[in-house]
Amino acid sequence: MEQTLTLNASRPWGRWLLIGLGVVLTLLLLVVPLLAIFAGAFAAGVGGIIENINEPDMLHAIGLTLLVAALTVPINLVFGTLLAWLVTRFRFPGRQLLLTLMDVPFAVSPVVAGLLYLLMYGVNGPVGGWLDDHDMQLMFAWPGIVMVTVFVTCPFVVRELVPLMSSQGTDSEEAAVLLGASGWQLFRKVTLPNIRWALLYGVILTNARAVGEFGAVSVVSGGIRGETNTLPLHVELLHQDYNAVGAFTAAALLTLMAVVTLMFKSYLEWRLHSAEAQE
Amino acid sequence: MAALLGSSKRVLPGFTLSLGTSLLFVSLIILLPLTGLVINTSQMGWDQYWQVVSDPRVVATYKVTLSAAAVASLFNMLFGLLMAWILTRYRFPGRALLDGLMDLPFALPTAVAGLTLASLFATNGWYGAWLAELGIKVSYTWIGIVVAMVFTSVPFVVRTVQPVLEDLGPEYEEAAATLGASPWQAFSRVVLPELKPALITGTALSFTRSLGEFGAVIFIAGNMPWQTEITSLMIFIRLQEFDYAAASAIASVVLLASFVLLFLINGIQSRFMRRIRGNA
Repeated sequence: MEQTLTLNASRPWGRWLLIGLGVVLTLLLLVVPLLAIFAGAFAAGVGGIIENINEPDMLHAIGLTLLVAALTVPINLVFGTLLAWLVTRFRFPGRQLLLTLMDVPFAVSPVVAGLLYLLMYGVNGPVGGWLDDHDMQLMFAWPGIVMVTVFVTCPFVVRELVPLMSSQGTDSEEAAVLLGASGWQLFRKVTLPNIRWALLYGVILTNARAVGEFGAVSVVSGGIRGETNTLPLHVELLHQDYNAVGAFTAAALLTLMAVVTLMFKSYLEWRLHSAEAQE
Repeated sequence: MAALLGSSKRVLPGFTLSLGTSLLFVSLIILLPLTGLVINTSQMGWDQYWQVVSDPRVVATYKVTLSAAAVASLFNMLFGLLMAWILTRYRFPGRALLDGLMDLPFALPTAVAGLTLASLFATNGWYGAWLAELGIKVSYTWIGIVVAMVFTSVPFVVRTVQPVLEDLGPEYEEAAATLGASPWQAFSRVVLPELKPALITGTALSFTRSLGEFGAVIFIAGNMPWQTEITSLMIFIRLQEFDYAAASAIASVVLLASFVLLFLINGIQSRFMRRIRGNA
C-alpha cells in the first residue's frame, strides 16, 4: 500500500488521468442515467408521482411484483440451501452434472427461458395440457410468472453457498453429529451461523432479479393490464402509452429497490470480508 | 457404490432429503422445460427447421445481435480493465462509492435501464440533443443497441479482473519498474499476461449476456425489421404470432450458441484455476 503510493507518486499525472477517465465514464454511463430516472419521475412534480402511484393498475403491478418476489425468494432459499448441502457434503455420481445444470439458467437468455416454460407448461404443452384438463392454468397467470422467476434466479443462492461450504469443510458438523445433534439442530446451530451472510447475499441478489425480471416474465405473462402485469412490464406499458411520468414513476420505484440492494450488498460484502479475516 | 459415496455420507444426515428435493427441483424447473424445446424442434422436419432459422429477416437479426454484442463487450473489456485497475491500484476519495456503483447494472431492472437510456439518447434528451448537433443518432439505431448492451453488462469484466489484480499485488510492476521498464511496459508485459484469462472470461460473459439481452434493448432499438431487430425480439414476435414452432427453432439456435459459450468459458476458467493451484 505505502509502496504503491510512493511508486505512483513519481508519475502522478498518469494516475490522475486514469482516475479522471474512469470517473467521467462512470458518471456518463451509470450515474447520469440513474439521475435521469428521478428527473423523469419528478417532471410533473410530486403530485404527478402520487397520482400515478395511486392508479389501480400501478398498485396492482406493485402488489404482483411483491407477491412474485415473496414466493420466489423462499423457494430458491430452501431448494438452493438443500442443493448446496447435497453437493458440498456428499460425493455421488452425477454431482458435477447437477452443478452444471444449475448454471443453465444464467446461460439461457430471458426470452428463451420464457419460451421453454410456455412450451412445457402452456396449454398446448405436455404438462400444461394435462393441467388444463384439470382446470389449472399456469401460463399467462401469476403462477407462470413465479415459475420463470424461480428459473432465472435459482443459481444465485447455490453460487454463493457452494464455494463457501466446500471451503469450510465438514469437521464441526461431524463433531456435532457425534455429540448427538439432530439434523435440524446441526443445521441451525452449526451450519447456519457459518453461512448466514453468504445466504443473505444470495437472497439479496435473488430478490433484485426477481423484482426486476423482464424478458422471461413478458413471454409468460400475457401482459394483461391489472392482472398479470408486473412492475417492470408496467414500465413498458406506460412507456408505450406515452405516459412518461407514469413510466418513470414505476421505474423510480424499481430504482429505489436497486439502490437499497446495492447498499445492502456493500454492507454484506464488508461482513463477509470481516468474517473471512477472523478465520 | 459405498466406496464412491465416501465416508462422509455415513456421518452427516440429510442425504436422501437433499438428493430427493434437488432432483425434483432440477427436473421440474430446469430439465423439463429444456425437454419441451427439444420435443418441439424435433417435431419439425429438417427442411422446415432450416427454412425458419435461415429466413433472411432472422439472419439480419443474428447479424445485428452478434455485431452489437461484439462491440459492446469489447468496450466493456477496455472500460472494465480501466475500472478494475483504478479501483485496486489507487486510493482516492469516492473510491468505495465508485466500486459500489459498478454493480448498479445488475441491481437495476433492465426495463428501467432501457427506459432511461432511451430518454437520454432521444433527440430531445440530455445526450441525444447534444449528439444530434454532431449529426450522431443513437436512439432507434444499431448504436442504441450497443449502448443498451454496454450498460447491462458493465460489471462482468470489472468483477472478474478485480480479484486477480488484487491477488497479484503491485510488487510485479514495482520489480519491472526497478529494472527500468516504463509504466506501460510494466503493464503490458508483466501485468496483462497474468490478467488474460480473467479478462477473456469477463469479456465472454459480457458477450453472452449481451446476446441474450432483451429488456434494455427493445426500449432504445426502435425494433425496425432488417435494421434494429435483435434475435430475442424475433423469438418474441414469432410467439405473438402463435408460431411456436418457428419460435422454438430460432430459440434452439440461440440456446446452442449460449451453451457453446458457457462451455468455452468454463474451459478457460478451469484451465485458469489449475494454473493458480499449480503455482500455489
